[in-house]
Amino acid sequence: MAKLSNPAKIYLAFVFFILYAPIFYLIFYSFNSGGTMSGFENFTWEHYAAVFNDTRLLIIVLNTVIVALLSALISTAIGVLGAIGIIFLRNRKMRNAVLSLNTVLIVSPDVIIGASFLILFTMVGVKLGFASVLVSHIAFSIPIVVIMVLPKLQEMSSSLIDAATDLGASQRDILTRVIIPYIKPGIFAGFFLALTYSLDDFAVTFFVTGNGFATLSVEIYSMARAGITLTINALSALIFVVTLGLVLGYYFFNQRSGANAGTGGTRP
Amino acid sequence: MTNRSSRPWYLAPYYIWIALFVIAPIALVVYFSFLDLSGDFTLENYANFFSSTYFRMTLSSFWYAFLITLISVLIAYPTAYWLTKTKHKQLWLLLIIIPSWINLLLKAYAFIGIFGLYGPANQLIQFFGAGPLQILFTDFSFVFVAVYIFIPFMVLPIFNSLDKINPALIDASRDLGASQWTTFRRVIFPLAINGVKSGVQAVFIPALSLFVITRLIAGNKVITLGTAIEQQFLVTQNWGMGSTIAVFLILFMIIIMLLTGPKEKGGALNGKAK
Repeated sequence: MAKLSNPAKIYLAFVFFILYAPIFYLIFYSFNSGGTMSGFENFTWEHYAAVFNDTRLLIIVLNTVIVALLSALISTAIGVLGAIGIIFLRNRKMRNAVLSLNTVLIVSPDVIIGASFLILFTMVGVKLGFASVLVSHIAFSIPIVVIMVLPKLQEMSSSLIDAATDLGASQRDILTRVIIPYIKPGIFAGFFLALTYSLDDFAVTFFVTGNGFATLSVEIYSMARAGITLTINALSALIFVVTLGLVLGYYFFNQRSGANAGTGGTRP
Repeated sequence: MTNRSSRPWYLAPYYIWIALFVIAPIALVVYFSFLDLSGDFTLENYANFFSSTYFRMTLSSFWYAFLITLISVLIAYPTAYWLTKTKHKQLWLLLIIIPSWINLLLKAYAFIGIFGLYGPANQLIQFFGAGPLQILFTDFSFVFVAVYIFIPFMVLPIFNSLDKINPALIDASRDLGASQWTTFRRVIFPLAINGVKSGVQAVFIPALSLFVITRLIAGNKVITLGTAIEQQFLVTQNWGMGSTIAVFLILFMIIIMLLTGPKEKGGALNGKAK
């Protein structure tokens, strides 16, 4: 393997610097006792204390986590069953049609998902708030779970199911004792991605959230529009640490279990 | 539906999801695009869309999306290329990806500080002797922040397709006397073009529909299609007009996807730039 030339190293170092500088800049000023993001005065924990003393903010964090966990769980259940159903569709045309419908919400811009769900909820008469946010998050997470589970199902040999049938397993046994254990890494990958999509989402939530209910993203948006508060910096430092923990945990979990989801990326 | 012996009862929730959250929302958007403010049928929204105001907005939205995509490719391609040559390339790739997991709002917020009148960007400018500039709320800051946010989404697919190239092909090209540049132009680039296409797909459409960065970073200097939709739905409350813009955004999306060809499996999944 060719060694990297010096200009290449400098270029890569520069890209990494640009990518990480803003994040560390935010975290650095979360310790500033002056109220701004310029001119560091003294080291302080006061902004972190402010985060933990703000009951409203803590409730919002709790809301965000509850929505993320619930939506990830429900969308994983529906998505896994959907993926199994798609695999067993014998009709090629039908299967392709379902697969294209599946990708619609993945490729749609968030503004469109948000706006169309807003129309939908208003027409059906769902009150905007916790329910509409949860349902939206479930809705946009399902196709991601399906995409993560399908490759595992495709690589599963059908003789496994035939063998189970020959040995007298019922439909239910085949599902719970053969298929599900086999595709477990895909299920975990799907669940994890659904979780992060939900935690990360701003645009869709912003459209369907109404007045009384907020998730962390929506709250940060309204705080940021009002101007700079170092409470956001402290909050983002905390979020950064949690995100990093989740991503690295997932990465090493995947490395060990040998799943091919890796960074959730494309794969030959 | 021709299904094997089993009754696909477990498909029911999934099909209900498709009907309610994939087909119905699109149908509703199309339906609303024909309604005026009082809910009567009209074609006025479509006429409006082709009026000069909206037409100019669409053009400028495309122009910015084009700029953002082009700059992202120019920065991401060498990055991806050299990353494939590093020793622990998967780890480095992970490090490129991590910033994309950080909430978009926090990154945008960081730039409010960085580009602020007393922020580090202006301190650097003053260090070189120029006065403090208004960087925030300009189209420069908008393009910069958008490129910053999209770089990981561009690097990932390009990296994957470069990484897939059989090194024997490059050796063969060298053995046959091709220079480094010729090898790149005639062998590497054509083989990795699919990665670039997926990257363009993952960046261009979100760049058309962004509204967070325009609101926070560009003030009201830049209005993208996404900003216009958000404005019509949540501020002006003119759902008809908003839906019309959304219909066109969907059309543009389909055209772009057709142009950039069949996407690589899972490629768009990483285009979660919100």
